Amino acid sequence: MTLGEFLKAVTEAPGPSGYEEGVRQIVRSAFSPYCDELRVDPMGNVWAVRRATRRADRAPRIMLAAHMDEIGFVVKKIDAHVLRVSQVGGFDVRILPGQPVLVHGKVPLPGVIGSRPPHVLPPDEREKVIPLDELFVDVGLTAEELPRYVRVGDLITLRRGYVELRNGLVMSKALDDRAGVAALYSCLQELQALQHSWDVFAVATTQEEVGLRGAMTSAYGVAPDAAIAVDVTFGRTPDCPDIGTFELDKGPCIARGPNIHPVMFSLLEETAKRLEIPYQTEPIPGRSGTDAWAIQVAREGVPTGLVGLPLRYMHTPGEVVCLRDIERAGRLLAHLVATLDERVLSRFRAPLGSSS
Amino acid sequence: MDLNLLERLSLARGASGDEGAVRSILAEVVGPLVDELQVDTIGNLIAIKRGASQSGLKVMVAAHMDEVGLMVVGADNNGFLRFRPVGGVDARVLLANRVLVGPEGIPGVIGAKPVHLTSPKEREAPLPVEQLYIDIGAKSKDEALGAAPLGTYVTFDTPFTRLGAGGAQGAAESGRVAGKAFDDRAGCCVLAELLAESYPFDLLAVFTVQEEVGLRGAQVAAYALCPDLAFALEGTVCDDAPRPEGEDVSPTTRLGFGPAITITDASVVADRRLVELLMDTAEREGIPCQVKQPNVGGTDIGAIHLQRGGIPTAALSVPCRYIHSPESILDLGDLENCIRLMRASLMRLPSIPWKGR
Repeated sequence: MTLGEFLKAVTEAPGPSGYEEGVRQIVRSAFSPYCDELRVDPMGNVWAVRRATRRADRAPRIMLAAHMDEIGFVVKKIDAHVLRVSQVGGFDVRILPGQPVLVHGKVPLPGVIGSRPPHVLPPDEREKVIPLDELFVDVGLTAEELPRYVRVGDLITLRRGYVELRNGLVMSKALDDRAGVAALYSCLQELQALQHSWDVFAVATTQEEVGLRGAMTSAYGVAPDAAIAVDVTFGRTPDCPDIGTFELDKGPCIARGPNIHPVMFSLLEETAKRLEIPYQTEPIPGRSGTDAWAIQVAREGVPTGLVGLPLRYMHTPGEVVCLRDIERAGRLLAHLVATLDERVLSRFRAPLGSSS
Repeated sequence: MDLNLLERLSLARGASGDEGAVRSILAEVVGPLVDELQVDTIGNLIAIKRGASQSGLKVMVAAHMDEVGLMVVGADNNGFLRFRPVGGVDARVLLANRVLVGPEGIPGVIGAKPVHLTSPKEREAPLPVEQLYIDIGAKSKDEALGAAPLGTYVTFDTPFTRLGAGGAQGAAESGRVAGKAFDDRAGCCVLAELLAESYPFDLLAVFTVQEEVGLRGAQVAAYALCPDLAFALEGTVCDDAPRPEGEDVSPTTRLGFGPAITITDASVVADRRLVELLMDTAEREGIPCQVKQPNVGGTDIGAIHLQRGGIPTAALSVPCRYIHSPESILDLGDLENCIRLMRASLMRLPSIPWKGR
């Protein structure tokens, strides 16, 4: 499967937080040719384990993490022929009217987030944002039919497929963070041709959007000596400030800040420079809002890095990334893994009494 | 009823002034059914079906081919396209929706700032269309305007979907479908189906242009054809979702309750004799129908009834939820009943005393 084919399959599959099964199946079958062991842990995280090619007794472990889950909705009320919903994760409600969705009832039911047509609205109503309470999902069934197929608590995902735009940009739902999962896929492929002395645990995590939960438990389970999370970061668009946003197709972002071990930042930066992979530096002064935040404080603490893929229109049905940035991230991760040796472990220990 | 035709018409891209793709489908479908096929200078497709017997009547039936859409009006230095609506589009349904740009159908998306970077205060106000933009992946102004020159038409990118259990597999259990532009491709579909029969008068079937920007096509066609009577076939507002308790909003139409008869809307008072013909025929034939809530919306008959010395008109519509948004829903039973009711009413037309009062 090419990177594009993987990304299409994995973004079109439904997988809201806690219900990642559809995505998990695709990830398992795509990752398995490139790893020695494949495991699914109790929280549903997929571990693809690739043992060190230069074997030590107990090789150190690097965990690479990207989350499989996506934001969606849950049915909170069946109201005559429509469904009232709550969010799972966070959408801006302004983007919701008119969006196609898939209701995961007894069978999958395509539907639409309904809105009242402008013809019937007084002018002042048209200037208001429609709150989530007044929005609803319509699957075209009657009030009598609907309860036979849908129950309160059923999940709803966006119904939008993968499309290629110009210049290597692609659009799909759930590129946050299936683009990161694709970077892991690309890294595993790249590693086929490389020697490495650490074991690699590529983990597709669950429930990131509701509180980094899969990363928390899988980081405990893997017990890594170092980790790198791959997630999306904000792409630059006309309505966003330049500070804190990043250009697409200028390479992955290497994050820097309290969430990031300074040595891990340096290793990523050195590797990118050595391989002439374009990259951008992303300063994150506090909480990164990614799996890296949970992994860093797993067990006795894990030296953690974060690679960001610039993405436009985050948390909408039309997220946009650059395929080349994903390939670059995969290559960066693989070559970083290949540089890891025993001596790196001591570099992770903060020196006594010195500030560097 | 030919579901395939509705699907083709819904997927065809034709904002007001750019109806060519819709027109060519309809010309292909109705060409073999009619005696004459013409296109006038504004782009109306006129299909004339001579009567089986001559009653001396000339009856025009109109359905509009155009849909609401967008138009490129500029681009910024980073390659993002700026646009304005074509026809009545509520800017609140645009954000983060997908579009197809220009004749080649270049895919794009109407950008939306990530929720993470917006303040709660920002999220309380809808964005005006002037602040929205389309991303096709272009890197510069030159590239963007090279791909989509000023004046390029843009339409919603919406699949045609059979709803209900197993809908994705094609078993339309609910008998309902979702897609774009049912206003008024539903009416086009009904009109095309009507042409399979002959009527006891000359039927002037007109697939009109530019309804959404002011009933422009219907106006010139009605003047040119000078019919004795006219009907419009529409996809109309269906606002039947449950409202908060106690709120006095009666539904405009209800999905699944049959085609809707216009009594009055913002553009016309329908001719009472023709309204009664429709209602009486429905009752005789046992075809479900409903009355559209008065004073909402408008149709081609708004222009037609004022041509020359005045023309008696009526409108019959297929209820469509969420019209003028990227994705609307209609009931195939309503569509079928619209065809039946219009066909039966046309057959009875010469028997009613439509001349003189």
